[in-house]
Amino acid sequence: MRFTKDHEWVEVAGEVATVGITAYAAEQLGDVVFVETPDVGRQVKAGDSFAVVESVKAASDVYAPVSGEVVESNGEVADAPETVNASPEAAGWFAKIKLANPAEVDALMDRPAYEAFLQTL
Amino acid sequence: MRYLPLTPADRAEMLAVIGAPDIDALFKDVPAAARAKDLFDLPLHAGELEVERELSALAGRNRAAGAGPFFCGAGAYRHHVPATVDHIIQRSEFLTSYTPYQPEIAQGTLQVLFEFQTQVAALTGLEVANASMYDGSTACAEAVMMAQRVTRREKAILSGGLHPHYAATTQTIAHAEGMEIVRLPAAVDAEATVVDVLDAETACVVVQTPNVFGVATDVTRIAEAAHAAGALLIVVTTEAVSFGLLKSPGEMGADIAVAEGQSIGNSLNFGGPYVGLFAAREKLLRQMPGRLCGETVDAEGRRGFVLTLSTREQHIRREKATSNICTNSGLCALAFSIHLSLLGEAGLRQLAVLNHARARELKTALTAVPGLEVLTPRFFNEIAVRLPRPAAEVVEACLADGVVAGVPFSRLNPAGGMDEVLLIAATETTTTQDIEALARALTRSLGR
Amino acid sequence: MSMQTVGRPTRPEAVAADASAASLSGGHGLQQDEPLIFELGGWEKTGVDLPAPDADASDLGDLARTTPIGLPGLSEPETVRHYVRLSQKNHAIDLALYPLGSCTMKHNPRLNEKVARLAGFADLHPLQPVSTTQGALELMDRLAHWLKTLTGLPAVALPPKAGAHGELCGLLAIRAAHEAAGHGHRRQVLVPSSAHGTNPATAAFVGYSVTEIAQTADGRVDLADLAAKLGPEVAAIMVTNPNTCGLFERDIIEIARLTHQAGAYFYCDGANFNAIVGRVRPGDLGVDAMHINLHKTFSTPHGGGGPGAGPVVMSQALAPFAPAPWVTHGPDGLSLTEEAVGEAVQAFGRMCAFHGQMGMFVRAYAYMRSHGADGLRQVAEDAVLNANYVKARLSGEMSAAFPDGPCMHEALFDDAWLEGTGVTTLDFAKAMIDEGFHPMTMYFPLVVHGAMLIEPTETESKAELDRFCEALLQLARAAKAGEAERFKAAPRLAPLRRLDETLAARKPRLTWRPDAPNVAPAPLAAE
Repeated sequence: MRFTKDHEWVEVAGEVATVGITAYAAEQLGDVVFVETPDVGRQVKAGDSFAVVESVKAASDVYAPVSGEVVESNGEVADAPETVNASPEAAGWFAKIKLANPAEVDALMDRPAYEAFLQTL
Repeated sequence: MRYLPLTPADRAEMLAVIGAPDIDALFKDVPAAARAKDLFDLPLHAGELEVERELSALAGRNRAAGAGPFFCGAGAYRHHVPATVDHIIQRSEFLTSYTPYQPEIAQGTLQVLFEFQTQVAALTGLEVANASMYDGSTACAEAVMMAQRVTRREKAILSGGLHPHYAATTQTIAHAEGMEIVRLPAAVDAEATVVDVLDAETACVVVQTPNVFGVATDVTRIAEAAHAAGALLIVVTTEAVSFGLLKSPGEMGADIAVAEGQSIGNSLNFGGPYVGLFAAREKLLRQMPGRLCGETVDAEGRRGFVLTLSTREQHIRREKATSNICTNSGLCALAFSIHLSLLGEAGLRQLAVLNHARARELKTALTAVPGLEVLTPRFFNEIAVRLPRPAAEVVEACLADGVVAGVPFSRLNPAGGMDEVLLIAATETTTTQDIEALARALTRSLGR
Repeated sequence: MSMQTVGRPTRPEAVAADASAASLSGGHGLQQDEPLIFELGGWEKTGVDLPAPDADASDLGDLARTTPIGLPGLSEPETVRHYVRLSQKNHAIDLALYPLGSCTMKHNPRLNEKVARLAGFADLHPLQPVSTTQGALELMDRLAHWLKTLTGLPAVALPPKAGAHGELCGLLAIRAAHEAAGHGHRRQVLVPSSAHGTNPATAAFVGYSVTEIAQTADGRVDLADLAAKLGPEVAAIMVTNPNTCGLFERDIIEIARLTHQAGAYFYCDGANFNAIVGRVRPGDLGVDAMHINLHKTFSTPHGGGGPGAGPVVMSQALAPFAPAPWVTHGPDGLSLTEEAVGEAVQAFGRMCAFHGQMGMFVRAYAYMRSHGADGLRQVAEDAVLNANYVKARLSGEMSAAFPDGPCMHEALFDDAWLEGTGVTTLDFAKAMIDEGFHPMTMYFPLVVHGAMLIEPTETESKAELDRFCEALLQLARAAKAGEAERFKAAPRLAPLRRLDETLAARKPRLTWRPDAPNVAPAPLAAE
């Protein structure tokens, strides 16, 4: 699993990357009440805002950690947003992206680096 | 000064606690050039007696609608509001409370809003309604913006039967957002041709029923055509009492229903404050503008109400909000809700039939006026007529006979080319004597 | 993702009810519980006596409704009881200090209610012949005169129905002015980070992109940042003055000058006008357009969330673009220009149907006439004095966000003083409820952590301010003494405890439905 400074995570399997927000982000957000996931077929560039996650008092943009085409959107977080709080780095994934440029993943932090980064905040 | 509790002794004591020599020291950040040394050129303070005298004199120079036979409608209607309504809305806890941001001490307001939302959803035949907009015209504009967000299309078609002020308001807002507004020409039977310009770019069709000419229409066919083209149908109602008798917008296929709620619970007030009703299909909920009140529980498990889904709104979403609305029309919504609670289903229905019965009597009387042509085939409580002369002149002539005959269409739309059309409304406050006086005055003025 | 630090707990821990004072049937003394009107039955009842119609609706054919609406009715006594019981659950200005920063919760004079209800104002149709409404038009004209004189700006658009609506009006006029001058390429609006949410929301509504201006350490607009961001793409800046931190922008004249030099307009959010009315004219500061919340500075009632009114004063440059309608003087008396034709052709179009919030105009005008030039100046002075007094008294225990120098009509605190206590701004606010006060504005402006914005207004007596300060000082000391439980459990004395906002947002239930189960689980049994 790889991480961005904006608290998104990426898990790659072959050509497809699964993306979500980290446990740290979910905890900071508080109770998640709504998730707006991207439409299947949408093209995203790394850094684009491609989803929105809402708590009662805040709406936060989620940025695509990698570029590519959205091939799947997680209906479960749409129906049961609490999944993001319960399992942010597994069942609470947002979307799957078919990688346009697999090398982008290598530039992201691994877990030890992300944990170290969290210490600086 | 009666509204200012501080005494000179208080002020001196407080300045001492603050550690400031005088009040000017607290204004030290104001640039010297901008400090007004003297009082502005306006009268000094006045007691209640004097203020009341001036305001009464001003009010006395207006002719109240109740002063004689009165037939103005065109988006604002004179109805009888039970005395209870005005009494309750003046209770301190309703009048002087704020937006319910601290729900534990605002359950009065919140429960009223929940009841109001339920009533509006019921009247419009749709699943969700918000806690009010400013008025019907801005609600209409907001509905068009919402259709743009939902369909991601840029064109809106406004029926020629839509109130010209509503169309103008919608054009103003939509122009700002870069939408294309197709405003069809004013026509009594506008609903017959509104679907002709539907295309794949259309976000919504906006239709009013009863329309500004009083014509009541079944818009089911329009809903079907709009949906087939991937567009939404927005239905506008300017006379809320008509919900007691006519098929609801939801029943006819509307996706969004907006209305002016003034007719229920609120006085004419020379045009404001009024109350905008806004309802939509449940699946469109997250694109709705305005405040929403929802049910929940407190820490002890007791039922309560809170403002919810706030992430759509300006204070959280800021530039990505569904609307910029903050203050809405809470007290007018309360008045609406109280009046509707008093009426109940049976009362609203009876009130609506009464209005319609008066309008039928009106139509009979008008048909007998030589030179006058009734244009409205099926109506609720408002009728458009064509006169052989400009309607504005006829209204002035009738006024000399003590009758306010209605609203000339030219007042709403001077460039519309329908100067001979007069809009005449009747409500439960209209008497047989009023109608006879109108018929006489019209006959006299047309005979000249 | 973009991290927002305003997320905070919105689902309270479940607690058991206090059983020691329980009554036998569930009543609570003077407090009454009241179901929804839909739960009272009465589907055939009505509380209005109407004559029988002497015709039916058969001529409407298939246009007539055939299905029930679903509205219950109540007799008059039941209606009065229902709403009076509900009213008892509301806090209100008439009960106690309501210190909501940026809302100006001042006393609502009852004279204003009386004159607004005169038949000559209340029973007046907007479209009846103009000759029958001369008094109403005269009042609008006089109100306009007062607004222009108080602000030093030569024109005013009366129609906007609220502050946000006024912002929209001002920006639309600015946009029209730029387009008329061939500067339609200017698509950017600069807004301070401390701005009220309606500012960027309105700018976006009008099709502008929003860029934030930074703030200095002393809570003002960063002039250097502003100068750097003012460019040929900027249409306008939107600045609140006094600002949302309760501070007067010392460099306001320079801010205006830089803005004009860059070819942009200066829109001022007038929400905080109460601090300077009668002492400072925004026109003298270089403002081009400013909305005035009549429901703030000019006392028209808040009504649980409106109606408001937001007329917009405008400079000479913007005046031609003000929307219709406006009052005109003619040989036969007063009239209304209702369309943008002829001389009025540059007006950008209607903001709403009819003429604006006449009911609020009457109230605001009565307020202005009651206070007069001298009274209004005193309003600003007492408002500022009261806020500074509260700031001085509370600063001993609470941390003022900008302690150096005076504040204007509102005092801003942050939550630094709560560090280590386990008590948040939210908890503190809820504890204020138990002390008998409505909480201050919390978590706004966003630029201050755990913001607490207190605006007492000028209609508070010294005694009420002292009562308020005493209560807050006691609470502050309790928080620092480690009594976190008091705050976490608050409110305990309000009609309800803390509400589950998470549930309300996850499972929105916005109307009563006869078929859907009630969202509330059974109340916890008292031990």
